[in-house]
Amino acid sequence: MATGTVTIDGNEAAARVAYQTNEVIAIYPITPSSPMGEWADQWSSEGKPNIWGSVPRVIEMQSEGGAAGALHGALQAGSLATTFTASQGLLLMIPNMYKIAGELTSMVIHVAARTLATHALSIFGDQSDVMTARTTGFALLAANSVQEAMDLALVAQASTLEARVPFLHFFDGFRTSHEVAKVEDLSAETIRGMIDLELAREHRRRGLSPDRPVLRGTAQNPDVYFQARESANPYYLACPAIVENAMQRFGQLTGRQYRLFDYVGAPDAERVIVLMGSGAEAAEETVRYLVARGEKIGAVKVHLYRPFSVEHFVQALPPSVRVIAALDRTKEPGSVGEPLYMDVVTALHETLARDGRGVRLGSLPRLIGGRYGLSSKEFTPAMIKVVFDEMDKPEPKNHFTVGIHDDVTHTSLAFDPEFSTEDPKTVRAIFYGLGSDGTVGANKNSIKIIGEDTPNFAQGYFVYDSKKSGSITISHLRFGPRPIRSTYLISRASFVACHQFGFLERFNVLAAAQPGATFLLNSPYGPDEVWDRLPRTVQHQIISKRLRFFVIDAVKVAHEAGMGGRINTVMQTCFFAISGVLPRDEAIAAIKHSIEKSYGKRGEAVVRKNFAAVDSTLDHLYEVKVPSAVTSDFDIAPPVPAAAPDFVQKVTARIIAGDGDALPVSALPPDGTFATATAQWEKRNIALEIPAWDEDLCIQCGKCVLVCPHSVIRAKIYDPTQLQGAPETFKSSAARWKDFKTMRYTLQVAPEDCTGCALCVEVCPARSKSEVKHKAINMVPQLPLRDQERRNWDFFLKLPEFDSSALSLGLVKDVQLLQPLFEFSGACAGCGETPYIKLMTQLFGDRTLIANATGCSSIYGGNLPTTPYTTNVQGRGPAWSNSLFEDNAEFGLGMRLALNKQAEYARELLARLAAQIGDELAASLSTADQSTESGIAAQRARVEELKAKLTAIETPEARDLLALADSLVRKDVWIVGGDGWAYDIGYGGLDHVLASGENVNVLVLDTEVYSNTGGQMSKATPRGAVAKFAAGGKNRPKKDLALMAMAYGNVYVARVAMGGSDTQTIKAFREAEAYNGPSLIIAYSHCIAHGYDMVHGIDQQKNAVLSGYWPLFRFNPELAAEGKNPMQLDSRAPSLPLEKYIYNETRYTMLAHSNPAAAKKLLELAEEDVRNRWQLYENWAAQTPVGAAKE
Amino acid sequence: MADLTTKYLDLELASPLVVSPSPLQEEIDHIREMEDSGSAAVVLHSLFEEQINLESQELDRGLFAGTESFAESLNYFPDLADYNLGPEGYLEHIRRAKEAVDIPIIASLNGVSTEGWVRYARDIEDAGADALELNVYYLPTDPRTSGQEVERHYRELVAAVRAQTRIPLAVKLGPYFSSTANMAIQLDEAGADALVLFNRFYQPDFDLESLEVTPSLTLSSSPELLLRLHWVAIIFGYVQADLAVTGGVHSAVDVLKCMMAEARVAMMTSALLKHGIGHLRTVRAELLSWMDEHEYDSIRQIQGSMARRSVATAEAFDRANYMRVLSSYAMRAPGAYRF
Repeated sequence: MATGTVTIDGNEAAARVAYQTNEVIAIYPITPSSPMGEWADQWSSEGKPNIWGSVPRVIEMQSEGGAAGALHGALQAGSLATTFTASQGLLLMIPNMYKIAGELTSMVIHVAARTLATHALSIFGDQSDVMTARTTGFALLAANSVQEAMDLALVAQASTLEARVPFLHFFDGFRTSHEVAKVEDLSAETIRGMIDLELAREHRRRGLSPDRPVLRGTAQNPDVYFQARESANPYYLACPAIVENAMQRFGQLTGRQYRLFDYVGAPDAERVIVLMGSGAEAAEETVRYLVARGEKIGAVKVHLYRPFSVEHFVQALPPSVRVIAALDRTKEPGSVGEPLYMDVVTALHETLARDGRGVRLGSLPRLIGGRYGLSSKEFTPAMIKVVFDEMDKPEPKNHFTVGIHDDVTHTSLAFDPEFSTEDPKTVRAIFYGLGSDGTVGANKNSIKIIGEDTPNFAQGYFVYDSKKSGSITISHLRFGPRPIRSTYLISRASFVACHQFGFLERFNVLAAAQPGATFLLNSPYGPDEVWDRLPRTVQHQIISKRLRFFVIDAVKVAHEAGMGGRINTVMQTCFFAISGVLPRDEAIAAIKHSIEKSYGKRGEAVVRKNFAAVDSTLDHLYEVKVPSAVTSDFDIAPPVPAAAPDFVQKVTARIIAGDGDALPVSALPPDGTFATATAQWEKRNIALEIPAWDEDLCIQCGKCVLVCPHSVIRAKIYDPTQLQGAPETFKSSAARWKDFKTMRYTLQVAPEDCTGCALCVEVCPARSKSEVKHKAINMVPQLPLRDQERRNWDFFLKLPEFDSSALSLGLVKDVQLLQPLFEFSGACAGCGETPYIKLMTQLFGDRTLIANATGCSSIYGGNLPTTPYTTNVQGRGPAWSNSLFEDNAEFGLGMRLALNKQAEYARELLARLAAQIGDELAASLSTADQSTESGIAAQRARVEELKAKLTAIETPEARDLLALADSLVRKDVWIVGGDGWAYDIGYGGLDHVLASGENVNVLVLDTEVYSNTGGQMSKATPRGAVAKFAAGGKNRPKKDLALMAMAYGNVYVARVAMGGSDTQTIKAFREAEAYNGPSLIIAYSHCIAHGYDMVHGIDQQKNAVLSGYWPLFRFNPELAAEGKNPMQLDSRAPSLPLEKYIYNETRYTMLAHSNPAAAKKLLELAEEDVRNRWQLYENWAAQTPVGAAKE
Repeated sequence: MADLTTKYLDLELASPLVVSPSPLQEEIDHIREMEDSGSAAVVLHSLFEEQINLESQELDRGLFAGTESFAESLNYFPDLADYNLGPEGYLEHIRRAKEAVDIPIIASLNGVSTEGWVRYARDIEDAGADALELNVYYLPTDPRTSGQEVERHYRELVAAVRAQTRIPLAVKLGPYFSSTANMAIQLDEAGADALVLFNRFYQPDFDLESLEVTPSLTLSSSPELLLRLHWVAIIFGYVQADLAVTGGVHSAVDVLKCMMAEARVAMMTSALLKHGIGHLRTVRAELLSWMDEHEYDSIRQIQGSMARRSVATAEAFDRANYMRVLSSYAMRAPGAYRF
C-alpha cells in the first residue's frame, strides 16, 4: 500500500490498518461493516502480507457471537486478532467483550456504527450500538471522517498493545463507512513506526501454551471476585495517557495531530458543543463559518470516549465557556440523559466538586444535552446552528432533539433549512440514476479521478433505495480546493444530472439546484423537442433558477456502443465535459484509464464497448435554448392515487415522495405497528415492458401466475355477467375448467407494479402454431398500454374472488385462482424467493402468522414505505413480524405457543361458559375439524355466533372469551428466512424448534449465499461456487439441512424447486401445513447473487433438478405412522451433466475463468457430491418402511 | 515399409495423418496420446475471438447485475485477481502442448474483427505454434452482402494476418463459394501456405417439443469425403499452397484417396471421437499394409496421382453429380460421348 493520497471509503480506510496489524480475522457480515471483512478476505486471498510479512488468516463464522468466540480463542492463544461489525452484531459480541476486557487482552474491534433494531430495524448509522458496549471495559475511540477511520484505527491498535485494554474503534455507519473521500494513505513504515513489536511479542507471550501452562477464566467467589475486578484499575487509569502518547507519535510521523478531545472554535468561546462521530465534521465546518462571522462558539470533538478522561476533557474546554451542549447520536429511553451528556455533566460536576471551582472554568457552565442523527438522519450546519442559538437563550431547552419535528413531546429545535455553510469554491453535484444504469459506479470512478488526477479534495456519498428492483440512486459529489468536512447531503447543487427521464414525473429532481446551476438530462427527446416534455415544476425551476440545460440521448449512445441500458460512462463523460473539472482531453483519457482499471480484467470486449460509448458521447450532447415561459400542461404526478387510505395519503405518500424527513413525530406509530396492504398504492412504473395476454393461445395453465415474483399477473374465473361495465379493452376467454365451462377466464397484468422481469413469458408453455416466438403472453412496451391496462387492472380487482372450496388445491391451474396476499414487494426483478412466499399466502395467508428472519425477505417484506402483505375481502391476511436474524425459529415457536395457549384458554372458557352459550355450540367450537377450507369456514361462522352470544354476557370470563374467540379458528405459523439464517446464524434455534415437536412450518428460501448483505458464503453455498469468503470457490460441500432435519424422524421435510416441479411444490406446502408437527421446506431460490439474467431462473431451477443437484423429495412422518416409507423421491435420476447446470451462472464460471484447474477439480468433487446424495436418497426412498419416530 | 513422410506447411511430417480440431485437444494428455498413436501433427481446437468476447460480456453482465443498487449489497462477488478472458489460456495451452510432444502443433484461430485476427495470430506465433490454421467461418446472413464482398473479406483477412506474421498459415474453407477454385487462388495469392478443405459447421436444428432452435453438429462420415476429394483434385496445380482434407476421413482408404487427390495431409476428428484416439494406429497400419500390398514406396508417390491433371478423364471432375450417375459407365472410357 503506497503512501500519498488515495480515494477510498471509511470501511476500506479502517480495514487497511486492521489487516496490516493483525494475524487472525474472524468476521460475520453485517451492514454497514461487511466491506471491511470483505476487503480483508480479498487481501488475504491475494496473499497480501501484514507488517510482519505474514498473510492474515480470515475466517467467516456463523454469527457475530461465533466470530467473537473465535477471536477470544485466538487472543487467548496469543494471536493478534480483530473483527469488524455493527449493530446487532456488536450486541452478539458483548458477552465475549466482557471476557476479553476482563482478561486485559489487547485487540481492536472496528465498528461501522449502526442503529439498533428497536421499534424497527434500520441499517443506517447512529451510535446506539457502540453505546451498548461502553460497559464492557473496552476503550471506545471515535473516528469522525474517512481519514480518521484510517488514522485512529492505527492509534487504537498501537494503544491497545501498550494499554492491554481492548479497543472498540468506531465511525458512523454509511456517513463515514461508505463515504468515498480523498485521504492521506498510511505507509507500511508509518504503521510499523506505530506498532511496538516488543509489545506484540509480549501479547503473544501472554497466550496460552502447554510449554508455560497457566489457567485463565476461573470461577471466583464472593471472597475475591470484587478485589480482582478492581485490580485492573491501573490499566484503565493509564489508558488515556497511552492513547495521548500514541496520538503524539502519530502526529510526528504523519503531521496529523489528534487529541483525546479536539477543540475547534474561538479561544474565547462561550458556547461549546460536545459530540463525536461524523457530525463533528459538520460541527467544525459550522463553527469555523460562524466564528469567522464573530460568533464566540466552539466544538469539542470527542475521540477517546472510554476510558473517559475528565482531566483531558476539562482541559479541552475554553475557560470562557458559559454553556455546553452535549449531543448524542443515540437514545436511551428512560434515562436522565444520553450517555455523552451524562458523562459531560458528571465530568464537570466532579471537577468543580473537587476543586471547589473549576481550575480553568470560572463556574459551572450551563449543561444541556440533545439527540440528533438517529438512523443516519441528516445533521446539517443549519441544525448545528440552531443548537448554538438555543444555547444563547436564557432558558435553553434541555434534552432536546434536532433534525426532526417533535410535535408530541415538543423536544425538537426548529431550524432554518436555508442556513448554509457550503464553501462557494466547492463544486457540488447531484446525480439521480437507477441502480441498473451504473450511475453510482461511474460516480465512484469520477470521484477517484478527481481525487487522484487533480489537486482537488473530493468526496462522494451515495443514497440508495429501499427497493431492490427499479431502485433509484442519488449520488452526492463534492470537490474543490479546500478540505471538505460537509458530512451531510448536498442541498445546494451547482450541477444536477438526471440519468432517467422518467424521474422528472416522479419527484422534484431540481429541488436542490441552486440558481445558475447546470442541469444535465438523459432524454430521448432532442434539444428542440425536450422542453414540451418536461413537467411544469421542472420548467419553472429551469427558468426561475436560470439553469443551463443540457440533454443527451444516453440510452441511444449506450445502445449503439453495445452497452445496453448502462449509460454510466456516457453520462460520466458529459459530466466531465460540462463541469470542466479537467480539460476535455485529459478528462476523457482519465475516464478511459478508469474504465480499464475497473473493467480490464473482464476482457477487452468490455473495455472496447465502454471506450466506444465515451468516444461517441460528446457528439450527442446538446445545450438546450431555454424558453422564457412555462408551457407544460402536466406536472409531477402525485405519489399515491386519490383512493388511497388516509394514513397512506398523509404519511406513506410523503415517504414515497422522498419527503419523509419532514414528517412530524405524531405521524409515526410509536410502537412500530403498521397497516398491511399498502404496496398496492405505490405505483412505481418501473417496467419498460410488461406481459400482454393472447387469450386465444392461452391454455390457462397458471404457470405464469405461479412464478410471478411480484404478484402482478393474476387470473380469475367468474360468471360472464360480471363482465358488465368492463373497459373496452378488457380481455376474457371461456374458462377451460370442465366444472366451470360456463365461466369466463381473465389473465390480467398490473401494469404499474410489474418489474418487467419476463419470468412469466419464459415459463409460458403455449406457443403460436404459426409463429413459435409468439406465446400466450409476450413482453410489450409498457408506456402505450399503461392507462388502458390500469383501467383493466382496476376492473379485474373488482371481479369477485372465486370460492376456494370449489377448487382442487393440488393443481397449479386451480391454485393460480387464489388471491395472493403478498404483492408488489420491493424484491429484485425476477426474484426466486417471492413466488414461494406468494404461494404460501395464496394457500394459507388468511390464517397465518409469519415470523421472518432478517434478510432479503424481511427487507422486501417489511421495509418502508409500503408493505406487500395484504388482506382478502374479509380483511384477513398474513400478520407479519421480524424479530432478529438469529432468533427467528424461536420467535416463530413463541408465536405458536401463544396461539396454542390462547386456544387452550379459550376452550377452557368455553367449557366454563357452556351453559350460557349453549353446550352444542361450545362443544362444536372445541372439537371442530379444521383440516379443510370448509372446516375452517364453518368454525369462523361458529366463532361469529359465539361472539354474538358473548356480547350479551357481562362477566369477566365472557369478556376474556370474546377477546380470545378468534383463537379458536385454526392458525398457522410460518417461520420464513434465508439460508444465512437457517444454515448458519439461526441453526441452533432452528434445530431446537424442529426438535420441539410443535406445529410450526419453516420455509427456508435457499439462495445458497447471504444475498441481502451482498453474497457472502453460507453453509448452504455449494461446492465450486465463488462467493465472498470463498473467492477460490467453496471447497466443501453444501450442508444437507434436510438430512439433518429428517434424522429426527418426526419432522416433515421437503425439498422443492418450483421450476423443477410446481405440482410437487404445491403438494409439499399443503402437506407441510397439514402436518401436525414441525415441518421444514427448503426451497431452491434463484438469485441475482448467482450472476445470470434471472429471466432464466426457472430454467435454472429445472436444470438443478435434472442434474441431480437439487433432488426433489418429501419426507412425511405421517406415512411412517401408516407403515409406509416416509421418504418419497419426487425427481428422476440425474439426466443432465452438472456442468450444463452450473456453468450458466457467474458464481461458477468466474472460477472456471480465473482458475480452470481448481474449477475442474471442484466440479469433479461436486459431481461426486451429487452422485452420493442421489444414491443416499434413492436408497432411502426404495427401502421398505423404516419406521419413523412417532410422537 | 513404405515411406509415409510428407511435407505440409513447410513442416516435415512423419505421415499424412493429422488430427483436426476437436475438444479432445483441450487435454494435453490427449495430445500426447495422439502423438503416441501416430498422428504426425495436431491442429488444436480453435481460439474463438467471438467466444472470448461473449464470455467477457457475459462475465461483465453477471458481475454487474444488481450492483450499486441497494445499500446492503453493493456487489455480490469477490473481485478475483484475473479472469483470463483473453487468449492467455489458449496460448498457455500451446506452450504446454509444445512441451509435451515432439510433433508439430498447429494452432487454430477463429476471429471476428480483422484487428482481432491479426492480434491473436501474432500471439499464437509468439506462443510457439508451428503453424496457424485460420478457421474462417463467416456466415453472410445479411442478404445484401454480395459474393464478391464475402470473397474480399476472406482475402483481406488472410492478407492482413500474412502481413503481420511469419508463421506458416493454413486457411480452412467452407464449400459454399460460387467458385471454390477461384477462391482458392485468391487465398493462395493473399498468402495462404495451405488450404484446408472443408470446414463443417454447426447447423441449426429444430426441437419439435420445445419449439426451440438448437445448434447441432453430427460426426462426419466417409461419404462426406467425396466433396473434398473433388475439390482438392480440381484445385491442385492452380495454387502454390499445400492442400489438406478434413471431413470424412475415417479409414486408411480415405487417407489414400486424399493423397491421390493431392492432399498433403488427411485430417481426422470424427473417427477419433467415435473410435478413440487409438484408431490412428489402425489407420496407419492399414495404410502401410495397403501400400505394401499395392507396392507403393512412399506417400509422395501417391500424392496427386489422381488429381484432375493426372487422370485421363479430367471431365469426370467437371461434371455434375446427376450426370455422373446417369452415365457412369460411359464416363469410364476415354472418348466417351458428351452431352
